[in-house]
Amino acid sequence: MIDTYVVPTLKILVLLNAVLVAVTYMVLLERKVIAWVQVRLGPMRVGPHGVLQPIADAIKLLLKEDITPARADRLVFTLAPIVSMVPALIAFAVIPFDSEITLFGYTLSLYVADVNVGLLYIVATTSISVYGIILAGYASNSKFPLLAGLRASAQLISYEVAVSMMLVSMVVTAGTLSMVGIVESQREAGVWFVFIQPVAFVILFIGGLAETNRAPFDLPEAEQELTGGFHTEYSGMRFALFFLAEYANMIVVSAVATTLFLGGWLRPFPGVGALAFLDFVPGWIWFLMKTFAFLYVFIWIRATLPRYRYDQLMRLGWKVLIPVAIANLIVTAFIRVLL
Amino acid sequence: MLEAVVFYVLAAFILGFGVLVITARNTVHSVLFLVANFLCVAVLYVVLAAEFLAVIQVLVYAGGIVVLYLFVVMLVNLRAVPEARLDPRRQSRLGFLLTTALLVEVIAIMVYSANRPGAVSTLAPTADVPVSGNTEVVGWLLYTDYLIPFEVASVLLLVAMIGAILLARKEA
Amino acid sequence: MFDTSELVINMGPQHPSTHGVLRVVLRLDGERVVGADVVIGYLHRGIEKLCEHRDWLQIVLITDRMDYVAAASNNLGYVETVEKLMSLEVPPRARYIRTILAELQRIASHCLWLGTHAMDLGAMTVFLYAFRERELILDLFEEYCGARLTYNAMRIGGLPLDIPPRWDEKVRAFCDILDTKVYEYEELLTRNRIFLERTRGVGVIGGDEAIAIGLSGPALRGSGVPRDVRKDEPYAAYADFEFNVPIGMAGDTYDRYLVRIEEFRQSTRIIRQALDGLPEGPILGKVPRLIKPPAGETYHAIESPKGEIGYFIVSDGKSNVPYRFRVRPPSFCNLQALPRLIQGHLVADVVALIGSIDIVLGEVDR
Repeated sequence: MIDTYVVPTLKILVLLNAVLVAVTYMVLLERKVIAWVQVRLGPMRVGPHGVLQPIADAIKLLLKEDITPARADRLVFTLAPIVSMVPALIAFAVIPFDSEITLFGYTLSLYVADVNVGLLYIVATTSISVYGIILAGYASNSKFPLLAGLRASAQLISYEVAVSMMLVSMVVTAGTLSMVGIVESQREAGVWFVFIQPVAFVILFIGGLAETNRAPFDLPEAEQELTGGFHTEYSGMRFALFFLAEYANMIVVSAVATTLFLGGWLRPFPGVGALAFLDFVPGWIWFLMKTFAFLYVFIWIRATLPRYRYDQLMRLGWKVLIPVAIANLIVTAFIRVLL
Repeated sequence: MLEAVVFYVLAAFILGFGVLVITARNTVHSVLFLVANFLCVAVLYVVLAAEFLAVIQVLVYAGGIVVLYLFVVMLVNLRAVPEARLDPRRQSRLGFLLTTALLVEVIAIMVYSANRPGAVSTLAPTADVPVSGNTEVVGWLLYTDYLIPFEVASVLLLVAMIGAILLARKEA
Repeated sequence: MFDTSELVINMGPQHPSTHGVLRVVLRLDGERVVGADVVIGYLHRGIEKLCEHRDWLQIVLITDRMDYVAAASNNLGYVETVEKLMSLEVPPRARYIRTILAELQRIASHCLWLGTHAMDLGAMTVFLYAFRERELILDLFEEYCGARLTYNAMRIGGLPLDIPPRWDEKVRAFCDILDTKVYEYEELLTRNRIFLERTRGVGVIGGDEAIAIGLSGPALRGSGVPRDVRKDEPYAAYADFEFNVPIGMAGDTYDRYLVRIEEFRQSTRIIRQALDGLPEGPILGKVPRLIKPPAGETYHAIESPKGEIGYFIVSDGKSNVPYRFRVRPPSFCNLQALPRLIQGHLVADVVALIGSIDIVLGEVDR
C-alpha cells in the first residue's frame, strides 16, 4: 500500500517542487553567468548578491495585468503556455537521480518510475511540447506571430529527427531503452559512454540547443524577427510560463545528456578501481554536478556565439546533423554486431 | 475491477473526443481534440501493457503527424473560420441510412464470429520469440515474421517523401 | 503553380536594431527582400538652417550633435573649413593634438559600431567588451574637455585647452590596452563560423557601383576602392605620420568588418606617432577677436569614422553668421546604398546590413 501509492506520490511532489524551484533559479543563474562573462555583476540588489531576485520576478509577474488579445481564441490562448510547460515537467518522471539510497532506514530509488521505454518517453514529451509554440503563435490572431510560431516549431521538429537518430544509436550501445538500464550498462562497461560515442554526444548537444530554442539557434525569439516571435501577445504569468518551460526543457536535455553520456549517478571512471575513494560522494550529487555543468555550458554558449539565420539553421539540421546521426547509427550497429 | 473502470472512462473520453473532432466549428479545435483522442488511446495501450506502442503513438502520431496537420490547417485557415452554413449538396438522409446499414453489418459480423464454434480467443497468442519485454518482442517480430510489410512500408514512405519534395519545388 | 504577391513590411522607426529612428519599408517575396524604401527625417532638427543664425564659434557646439558618436570629428571638419576660408595658420601643437583627438574619436566610433553590429548578429558579449573600451576613451575626453559625448573641443585656429598633465601617458596606456582588446574581439568574431556565415557574401557591392552611389569611408574601402581623405588630401597633421589604409576585396559585410578592425590598429599607430612627436608651442593661432571670414565659399572634407564628411560654407563677409552652411554627411550618402545592398537577401540580413554601413541618424537627418 505504502510502496505503490504513498511513496511515488511523495516522490512526485518533491520532484515537482524541486524542479519548479530549480527552473526559477535558472533565471538567476543565467543572468549572473552572462553578467560575469560580460564584465558586469548582474542582479545584486534583491537579497545578498541578488539571490532573492527570482522571487521578486515571480511576484511581479503574478501581479501583472492579464491581457488577452481581443479576437484571440481564448481556449487556445490559455492552453498554449500549459502545453508548453507540462511536458517539460512530466519528462522528469523517468530521470534517475540515483539508484538506491537509504533514508531513515528506508531504501528508496531516486526516480519516480523506471519505464521500459524511458528514453522514448522523454522524446515523446518533447514532441508534445512543440504544440505549445504552434498554439501560441496561432492564438495571437495575427499573421506574423503565427508564421514565427510555425517557423520555430519547424525548427524543433527538424532537430528532433537528428536527436532521435542519435538516441537510437545510444540505445544500440546500451542495449536497453530504460534510463536506469542505460546507466547500469555504463557501470558494466566501466566507462562513461561519452568516450565510446563522442559523435553522438556532439549531436545531442547541438540538437539540444536547437530543441530548446537556445542561442545560437534562437532566431525565432530574437528581436531581429521583425514580428517579435510567437509569444508577442503574451504578458504576465503566461509569458513567464513559456520561459520557465524553456529552462525546464534545458534541464531535461542536460539531465538526459548526463544519463546517456556522463554515467548518470556514477563517479568518473567507474571501472577504474583506483578511483574508488570517490565513492563517498553520493550518486545524486554526481548527477547534479554533471547536469549543472551542462547548464553552465548552455549559458556560456549563449553569451559567446552569434546566432544563426533561419535558413542556415535548417540547413545545418537537415544537411549536416541528420546524415551524421544516421552514419553514426550505422557504424554503431556494425560494431555492435561484429563485437 | 479497476481495469474495467479505467477502460470505460478512457473509452468515454476517446469516443467523446472523436465526436468533438467532427462537430467542432473551428478547424484548429478539431485538430486539438484529435490530439487529445490520440493521447487517450496511448493511455489505453499502457493499460494493455503495450508501453512501446503507447509511446510510439504519442511520439509519431500525436507528436509528428498531427503537428503537420496543424501546420496545414493554420496556413490555410489564415483568412476566416469556415462558415457553419449547411452545404446545399449535403445528403443527410442518405448518409444516415448508409451509416445505419454499415453499423448493423458490423454488429452482425461481430456477433456471428463470436458465436462460431471454435472461435479463436481475441487475445493475441504469446509469440515464442527468444526475447522478452514489449519493445523487444515487437522488434523481433517486425524484423523476422513481418519483414516484408515493414520494408514495403518504408519504401512507400520514401516514395511519398520524394513526391512531396517534387511537388513543393519551385519552378526553376 | 500558385500566385504569390509581394508582402510589404514596415521596420521601424521604433525598432531595437535600427540604430536610431530609421524607417525601412521592405517589400518581400516570401522571405527574400525585393525592394526597400528608406524613410528618414525622424531626427531632423534643422541644423543647417539653425547654423545660419549662430555665429561662427557657436556653430562648433551644434556640429557636435550631428554625428554624436564621433563629435570631435565633426568639430574638426568644421573648424578646418573655416580656417581654409580665412586662410588661418594652425600651430603644429594644435594640429598634432587635433589628430590625436580625431583618432581617439575614430576608435570610439568603431567600438560602438562593433558592439552594436555584433549584438545585432547575436553576439551580445562583444557589445559589452567594446563599450568597456569606449568608456576608457570617454574618460580621456572628459579629462581633456569636461564632456563625454558632445565635446566642443575645437576652436577656429586651434584648440581651447591644452592637454592636462600626464594625459599623454594615459593615452599611451590606453593604446596598449586597446591593441590587446582588438585581439580579443577578433578571437570572438573573425574566424567564428557562425559570424562568417552571417556576413560573408551578404550585401556585396562592387567598387564602381560604390563610387557611383557615393559611398565613402570603410564602406567604400571594403569594396576595394583605395580612397581615404587622410591620405589623398591630408589635413591636420596626417601628412607627418606613417599609416596604412586597409582595403577590402569582396565588398561584402565581412570585408567591411575587417576594414574597420584593422583601422583600430592603424589609429593606435597614428596616436603613438603623434604622442612621440608632439611639438611644444601655442595651441591657438593668430585669430582675430571677432571671427568674420571674408566673402567667399569653400568646401573642405575630412575622414570621419563613418566616411568623408564635407562642409560647404558660404560667407558673405558682412555678418557674423554664415550665409549658407551645408554638410555632406557620410551616413546620409552611405544609407543610399541600403536598398541596393538588401536586394535578394533575407529579412534577417537587413539588420546586419544596416549595421555594416554604420550610420548615425543624427548625421543622416541633421
